[in-house]
Amino acid sequence: MTAVAPTVASGQKVEAKPVKRKGPNPWMRRAPLLPALLFTIVVTQIPFILTVVYSFQSWNLVRPGSEHFVGFRNYIDVFADSQFRGAMLNTVVLTVVCVFVALVLGLGLALLLDRKFLGRGVVRTLLITPFLILPAAGALLWKTTMFDPTYGLLNFVFGGDTDWLSEFPLASVMTQIVWQWTPFMMLLILAGLQSQPKDVLEAAQVDGAGRWRTFASITLPHLSRYLQLSVLLGAIYIVNSFDAIFLMTQGGPGTASTNLPYYIYQRAFQGFDIGQSSAMGVIVVILTLIVATFALRLMFRSFDVSKGVAK
Amino acid sequence: MSAGRRRLGPASLTAATWVVAILFVFPLIWMVITAFKQEADAYTDPPKIAFTPTLDQFASIVERGFLPYLGNSAFVTVLSTLIVLLLGVPAAYALSLAPVPKTSNVLGFFLSTKMLPIVAAIIPLYVISQRTQLLDNVWALVILYTAMNLPLAIWMMRSFFLEVPTEMIEAGRVDGATLPTLLYRVILPVVAPGIAATALICVIFSWTEFFYAVNLTAARAGTVPVFLVGFITSEGLYWAQLSAAALLASMPVMIVGWIAQNHLVRGLSMGAVK
Repeated sequence: MTAVAPTVASGQKVEAKPVKRKGPNPWMRRAPLLPALLFTIVVTQIPFILTVVYSFQSWNLVRPGSEHFVGFRNYIDVFADSQFRGAMLNTVVLTVVCVFVALVLGLGLALLLDRKFLGRGVVRTLLITPFLILPAAGALLWKTTMFDPTYGLLNFVFGGDTDWLSEFPLASVMTQIVWQWTPFMMLLILAGLQSQPKDVLEAAQVDGAGRWRTFASITLPHLSRYLQLSVLLGAIYIVNSFDAIFLMTQGGPGTASTNLPYYIYQRAFQGFDIGQSSAMGVIVVILTLIVATFALRLMFRSFDVSKGVAK
Repeated sequence: MSAGRRRLGPASLTAATWVVAILFVFPLIWMVITAFKQEADAYTDPPKIAFTPTLDQFASIVERGFLPYLGNSAFVTVLSTLIVLLLGVPAAYALSLAPVPKTSNVLGFFLSTKMLPIVAAIIPLYVISQRTQLLDNVWALVILYTAMNLPLAIWMMRSFFLEVPTEMIEAGRVDGATLPTLLYRVILPVVAPGIAATALICVIFSWTEFFYAVNLTAARAGTVPVFLVGFITSEGLYWAQLSAAALLASMPVMIVGWIAQNHLVRGLSMGAVK
């Protein structure tokens, strides 16, 4: 299912201890790589191939022996399914909004941290902690101690008795996801800020450029590749969001906060419809590969991956 | 830009930074506070700040059977991290200092596996696990977490291998060092901190993983996130217990993350950002 899977002649397994010097036999050089490569191909590619196979079958998990080939019918059904389209829309909204808000907040926090001040190390440690705790723990804590209509802290602070999770389900889930991923963005952007050449910044100051001027014409262009990388990596993770939805809203009320991973999970493990959920999985993979192609290109282009690459 | 303004600026900015940081992590501060409350103090309106701290909740979650889940998490995390290093260190070497042909294709392949949505793989994985007695079995998670972290580890460790100064390697060669000596005496000391950092990143991702754990394990092989799921189905409010469980379950990764924080960026960006 992967576009860039390299061909591996598995028949030519090399058992010999690697010599690892520029020997004439290229298999000697490949030997240290092969175990990892074979393991990854087997564990990650076989399930995707099976997903494709399943997607052409009608198969209900609770009726063993019910599977039979149905061609593209699952795909036709999936595209006719308005709940699937709703889940797709929610996925796009959730991913775009969360990535953007987390990026902006992360940039703000990174700018605050990019200077020497009392307790900087402590503040940085505090700020990364939401990313380190179990996402499951974070989701449950937000659901109860923050969003609860009667005893939650949000209603205590803002007054009223809003039932956040039923009135604003998607926004509530997104709040938790943003909270969890802002530290990730902050760390990447902070690394970008701190890699700025100091002499250029000083030269700008000597030349009389103000803070905003320096930020807009030196810092931002320097940051751009870090921002792009943050967006892409963040999007790859956030598009797969499952924990928060599973634990906070169960996709509800109705399907108001159902995204694609949660919908596929529901169809597979509550509806037991293996064929249709697999077809959805294949569609998600295709969509992801389109995004991933850009991500791969960016990783290679902007971070000098070609260093140490043969050919 | 007078001296006075400059001094005042940073002071208020520092205060503002602290306020923002504390507000941002307040849900966690509240978790820690709530973990030491009695249930009756945990949900009150207005929220209680003054209360007699207790360790009762930690005792209750142990009673609820938390420790086996903790054991499963530790087993799966440690073992999968070791396998990742065992497979990943040589692979990273073969993709950096002694690059194989088509290195960038191989790197691209590893990276692309990280980008594929796991939800598309879960159905066959479930079916396969069911047929091979791997359902609710810790080994299923060991295998899957190894595959999940291996690409990240290879990319990350590769970036450390590339930092070994070529002059050092050349100097070793000139002195007549054999490859094993070269690896052990010259390369290993330079990359050792990188290997340690990579291990810590793998520990964080294995420990916090939710999707595979919740779909493939239950009472027998469940990890700590699976234990937490028990709180959404339980009757009544158990906020203090939940907070205590969340704190205990997150403690190991919080500590590991704090230790590894200088390498966190590198791990999260798969070695792209130093």
